[in-house]
Amino acid sequence: MAKLSVQPGAVIDGFTIGECVHSGGMATLWSVTRPDITTPLLMKIPRVSEGEDPAAIVSFEMEQMILPRLKGPHLPACFAAGDFARQAYVVIEVIPGNTLYSRLGELPLPYEEAGAIAGKIATALADLHRQNVIHHDIKPSSIMFRPTGEAVLIDFGLSHHNQLPDLLQEEFRVPYGTAPYMAPERLLGVRDDPRSDIFSLGVLLYFFTTGVRPFGEGETMYAMRRRLWRDPYPPRKLKPDYPPWLQEVVLRCLEIDPVWRYPTASQLAFELAHPDQIKLTGRAERLNRDPISTVWRRRFNGNLMQPRGKSDVAAQLASGPIVAIALDVAEGSRELNEALRVSAERILATLPSARLACMNVLKLGRVTIDRTLDEEGNNKHVDRLVALRHWASPLKLDESRLTVHVLEAIDPAAAILEFADANHVDHIVIGARQSSLKRTLLGSVSAKVAAEAACTVTVVRPPRLASLEKDNADGRKADEVSA
Amino acid sequence: MLLAVFADIHANRQAFAACLDYARSRGAERIICLGDYVGYGADPEWTVETVMDLVENGALAVRGNHDNAVGTPSESMNAEAQAAIEWTRGRLSSAQRRFLAELPFTLWDDDRLYVHSDASNPPRWRYVQNATDAARSIIATEAHAAFCGHIHRPALYSMSATAKMTSFVPTAGVPVKLLRGRQWLAVLGSVGQPRDGDRAAAFSMFDTESEEITYYRVPYDVEAAAMRIRENGLPHWLADRLLVGR
Repeated sequence: MAKLSVQPGAVIDGFTIGECVHSGGMATLWSVTRPDITTPLLMKIPRVSEGEDPAAIVSFEMEQMILPRLKGPHLPACFAAGDFARQAYVVIEVIPGNTLYSRLGELPLPYEEAGAIAGKIATALADLHRQNVIHHDIKPSSIMFRPTGEAVLIDFGLSHHNQLPDLLQEEFRVPYGTAPYMAPERLLGVRDDPRSDIFSLGVLLYFFTTGVRPFGEGETMYAMRRRLWRDPYPPRKLKPDYPPWLQEVVLRCLEIDPVWRYPTASQLAFELAHPDQIKLTGRAERLNRDPISTVWRRRFNGNLMQPRGKSDVAAQLASGPIVAIALDVAEGSRELNEALRVSAERILATLPSARLACMNVLKLGRVTIDRTLDEEGNNKHVDRLVALRHWASPLKLDESRLTVHVLEAIDPAAAILEFADANHVDHIVIGARQSSLKRTLLGSVSAKVAAEAACTVTVVRPPRLASLEKDNADGRKADEVSA
Repeated sequence: MLLAVFADIHANRQAFAACLDYARSRGAERIICLGDYVGYGADPEWTVETVMDLVENGALAVRGNHDNAVGTPSESMNAEAQAAIEWTRGRLSSAQRRFLAELPFTLWDDDRLYVHSDASNPPRWRYVQNATDAARSIIATEAHAAFCGHIHRPALYSMSATAKMTSFVPTAGVPVKLLRGRQWLAVLGSVGQPRDGDRAAAFSMFDTESEEITYYRVPYDVEAAAMRIRENGLPHWLADRLLVGR
């Protein structure tokens, strides 16, 4: 079949070609229009013709397969794709503005700002990973922002889709990607671990807060392989005022073994949204790299070098959910809080990477002016935080897996739903209000949460109460509700 | 057009009926059968009769090694398969045996090739077990997509323009576009005797417009199919393996 000519005014599959807006090494970008689509559109056309450069062709094939399947605000909407039989192209929406690359001249950025940017990218990555895709080329030039603030990931030519053939897997003997940002396991040919993107985001955050790339710009194989055994200088070594919480985050993202990084991008986003609650470990304050003995051990009998089975991205994400438990520590009965703890224990026992967010709603009156101090002059907010930690202590959770939150709100159900939404909670565990009189007057918080949450909700009742309650004829202790 | 492709039915009436229903409910417009209608299972008459009806109505069907063995007693097989084939031979009518004996080894449909096993030499019945085997099949044909069975484990292979192979175990229910610019070999799971550890029947659908292939798994009454095998005095292992999909 004859190739179609690509030039302004030409029409390809109903799209009228406008001006060429970018001409890169692998592809050209053209603004295009189609009468029935109002969204501004870009057509991406790979630079090579069939049979010339396998890298460009295979990358483009991956984009063609992956882009049409992506959904949501963190990814560009895809309108059409044409393959190499005629004219290879994809048509995507225009994301206005520049990529994060445009800010390289301003580095280092203020810590808070860089942390917020990384949080947005982590949220976008979590969304991508949930769609079974690992980006594999996270770097400033593949990140944009919508006018509404959400990070948008672009360029999926090196990506891996866990439910589609990986055309790149066997195409290249050397790992293909952007050297400074590449995760160590990628150098061993691992392409199905979403934590590789967390590493790249760690590189970006390190670079944006120090102005220095943690592994240099090395493009040589040795410079790349060195990260398999040599950890970067802690940021505090370069900048003494570097906040410990931020160093904790950066160095955890940059752990050589993926097992020691954040289990999911969702959990990383959660940490960056609550920097005051980040559990500081030895990483936070360190000024030096690992001792040479550790480095040699890694280099000459590194565990990372061991072969491993294929990973299931969805299963890996599912093993590290964010579980939020809604507790009434002030007025809730001991029995109910005990039953909630039993439920939490069961969930956490099967999910070693899960993290638990304990929340309590400090209810504000609709008309009265609330004071943060109670009658005895104690700070109610602080009291509740202490009570939440006390409730959680028998769970013996590592502190890096536990956070406590007091939400102040007029409508407790709305506050719980809002918290779950903002923090990408995967599972809410909530107790049913026990006094039937109170429930009649106030409405059931758990019912509203169960009905309106976007995630799984478990409603817990204490064992004895279930048999006593007349209006609870089915007598179940806990209802699993997938709302 | 939406194609429904079935491989290795192996006289499993319950599994084939469930897959046919499933395919029709999803709008299948044309049926393709990749051989091995008989052997192992206890309903060869019904199965061959059904395939003959389908072919009468426009379905395409190629020959498998078990179909071949019905009319060729010298075909070498393991003991259980041999026992099942000898039992089957006595069950089929002469018309049914003739139908099996006359099936072609390969069929073409547009730029797609249908074959029971390795496409480079169909009468040898070699398994496609890995990317190297798949490459041999792909190199032997001009087809954009070839479809085969025989190994009872689903897989999808492709060869790029630079002769690089990719291999992939498909996820049930997730469509994969068979991109132009490379050649594909779809190895189907088995309808009647899955061996990949999932006892649900396997078949695939291919949309000739979008060029997407989707592998499906269909639960069926495995116990009833196993019971039929035992009732008919066939080797019990043939019933047991259905229950575990091995």
